[in-house]
Amino acid sequence: MGLDAAAAPAARRRWFKRSSVDEALAGYLFLMPALVSLVVFLLGPILFSFYISFFHFSYLDPQNASWAGLDNYLHLFVDPVFLQALWNTFLYTVGVVPVQTALSLGLALIVDRIRGKTFFRIAYYLPTVTSTVAVSVMFIFIFNPTGLLNQLLALFHIQGPNWLNDPTFALPAVMMIAIWSTAGQFMIIYLAGLQEIPDEIYEAAAIEGASGWKMLRYITIPLLRRTTFLVIVMGMIGTFQVFDTVYVISRGDGGPAGATMTVVLDIFNKAFRDMSMGYASAMAFFLFVIILLLTLLQQWILGREE
Amino acid sequence: MRTDSMAGSARFRPGRALMYLVACVYAVITLVPYLWSVYTSLKPTSEVFSVFVPFRTLTLHNYTYIIQQFPFGRWLFNSFLVALIVTLGNLVVNTLAGYAFARLRFPGRGLLFYCFLAIMMIPGQVLLVPIYILLARLGWIDTYQGLTVPFLMSPFMIFLSRQFFLGMPKELEEAGRIDGLSHWGIFFRIYLPLSVPLLSAQTILTFQGNWNSFLWPLLLETQQDMYTLPVGLNSFYGQYDAYWNSVLAGSILLTLPMVIVFLIFQKQFVRGIATSGMK
Repeated sequence: MGLDAAAAPAARRRWFKRSSVDEALAGYLFLMPALVSLVVFLLGPILFSFYISFFHFSYLDPQNASWAGLDNYLHLFVDPVFLQALWNTFLYTVGVVPVQTALSLGLALIVDRIRGKTFFRIAYYLPTVTSTVAVSVMFIFIFNPTGLLNQLLALFHIQGPNWLNDPTFALPAVMMIAIWSTAGQFMIIYLAGLQEIPDEIYEAAAIEGASGWKMLRYITIPLLRRTTFLVIVMGMIGTFQVFDTVYVISRGDGGPAGATMTVVLDIFNKAFRDMSMGYASAMAFFLFVIILLLTLLQQWILGREE
Repeated sequence: MRTDSMAGSARFRPGRALMYLVACVYAVITLVPYLWSVYTSLKPTSEVFSVFVPFRTLTLHNYTYIIQQFPFGRWLFNSFLVALIVTLGNLVVNTLAGYAFARLRFPGRGLLFYCFLAIMMIPGQVLLVPIYILLARLGWIDTYQGLTVPFLMSPFMIFLSRQFFLGMPKELEEAGRIDGLSHWGIFFRIYLPLSVPLLSAQTILTFQGNWNSFLWPLLLETQQDMYTLPVGLNSFYGQYDAYWNSVLAGSILLTLPMVIVFLIFQKQFVRGIATSGMK
C-alpha cells in the first residue's frame, strides 16, 4: 500500500515527460479523419463555390467560364423567379414559425400535465421520424380535390378548393404540412425546457394563491423565454431551407404558377436544370448570409444565459 | 385560504378535461394521415377514393406488387446500406474528433475547433454545386462511395461529442495514466465504454437523418437501381400517381422501418432531440 503510493507519483512523472509530444500526436491522429473530411468535403468546396459565384459557369461547358464580377449577385435582385422564391420563402416562414411555436408550446404544457404522456409524446413525434417524401405523398392524397380533407369539409357543406393546384391555396397547404411535421419535435424541446423550471417556484406561487393561468402567464412562459427563442430561430433556419415538400408536390417546378417556388428549389433548378452553376452559387451565398444571421442570433441567445 | 384552493381545484376540473380533449384531438390529427394511408394502401385500385370499403376486399396485393414489379426491394436495400455506412462512419469520425477537442492538448486545438464551429453555420445548399462537380469528376455519381464518403463527418456531432467528454470526470484519465495506458487505451478502455448515451444519440440522429434524406440523393442518384427509398418513391409517384394505393404502399414501406426503430428506442430519440435542442 505504502509502496504503491510512493510509486504512483513517480510513474505519473515518467508519463508526463514524454506525454506532451505523445498527447499532441494522439490529438492530431484522433482528429485526422474529421480534418480530412472538413478540408475535402466542406472547406474546399465552399471556397470553390464562392470562387465560381463570380463567374458565368456551367458544368457542361467549364472551358467557357467567363468572369462575371458581381453580376450574379446583382442579377438576384432583378430575377423575377428568385424574387418570387424569396417572397414565398418569407411568407412560408412567417406562416409556419409562429403557429409551430405556439402549437408546440401548447402541446408541451398539456402533455406535461396529463396521464398517458408516453402515448402522446410518441404520437406527436411520429411525423418527425417520417421521411418528408412519404409525408408529402400522404398529404398530396389527403389534399386531393376528392381527398379526405375535402370530404370532411363537405360534411360541413364547405366546398374545399383544389388545394395543391390552386395558386392561392398551394403554399398554405405546404405550410400546414410543415407545421404538422415539426410541432412534435419542438414540443420535445419545450418539454425539456419545462423540466428545468424548479418545482419550488410553483409551490411558492401556490402558497401565494396564484391560479393556474397566473402561474402560466407569470412563471412558466417567462421562464421558457430562452427555449422559445431557440425554437423560433431553429424554426426559421429550417423553414428558410424548405425543399423536399415543395419539390415532391410541384414535381420540381415550384408550381402552380410559381406559388411553391422556394429559394432552395430555385437554387437546385438553376444549378442542375439550367446548369447556371455560377449564378446558383451566388444564390446559395445569399441564402448563407440569411442563415448565418439567424445562426449568430441563436448562438447569441444560447451564449447569453449560460 | 382553504376555500380558495378548493374553489381553485373545482374550477380546474373542466380545464383538465379540456386538456385531455385537446391532446386527443391533436393525436387524431397526427395519426389520421398514417391510418388513412395504410387503409388506402390496402384497397383495390377501383375503390381508392371510397371512404368505406368492405373489409374482405382489403388486400396486401399492392405491397407484393410494388416489391415484385418495381425495384422497391433494391431501394430498401440501398437505403439500409447507405444509412448504415454513413452512421458507422460518423460514429467513428465524430467521436474521435470530439474526444480530441475535449481531452487532448495539442497546438492549434482552439483554432481548429473554431473552424468546425464556423462551418456549422454554413447551410448545406452552398455545397450542392461544388460537391456535385467534385463527385462527377471522380466518377462517383450513382455509386455507393459517392452517397457515403462526403457525408461521414458532422461538425454538429463533433460539437456534441466534445460537450459530452468535457462533462466526464478528468480523474478517469489520471487513473488510466497511472495504469500505464496510452492515450488510445484511455479512450478505448475507459471513456468509450462510458459513452453509450452519446453513441446512441449520434446513431439515432444520423441514421434517421440519412434514411429520410432526399435532396442529396436526388442529386447523386440518377439511375433507378441506385435510388434510395425517398428518391425511388418520388419517381414512382411521378409516374404512377393514378395508382394511389400502390404509391401509398410505397410510402408506408419507407415509413415503417423508421417508425419501428423509433417505437423501440423512443426514450433515446426523445433524449437525442432534447440534447440537440439544448446543446
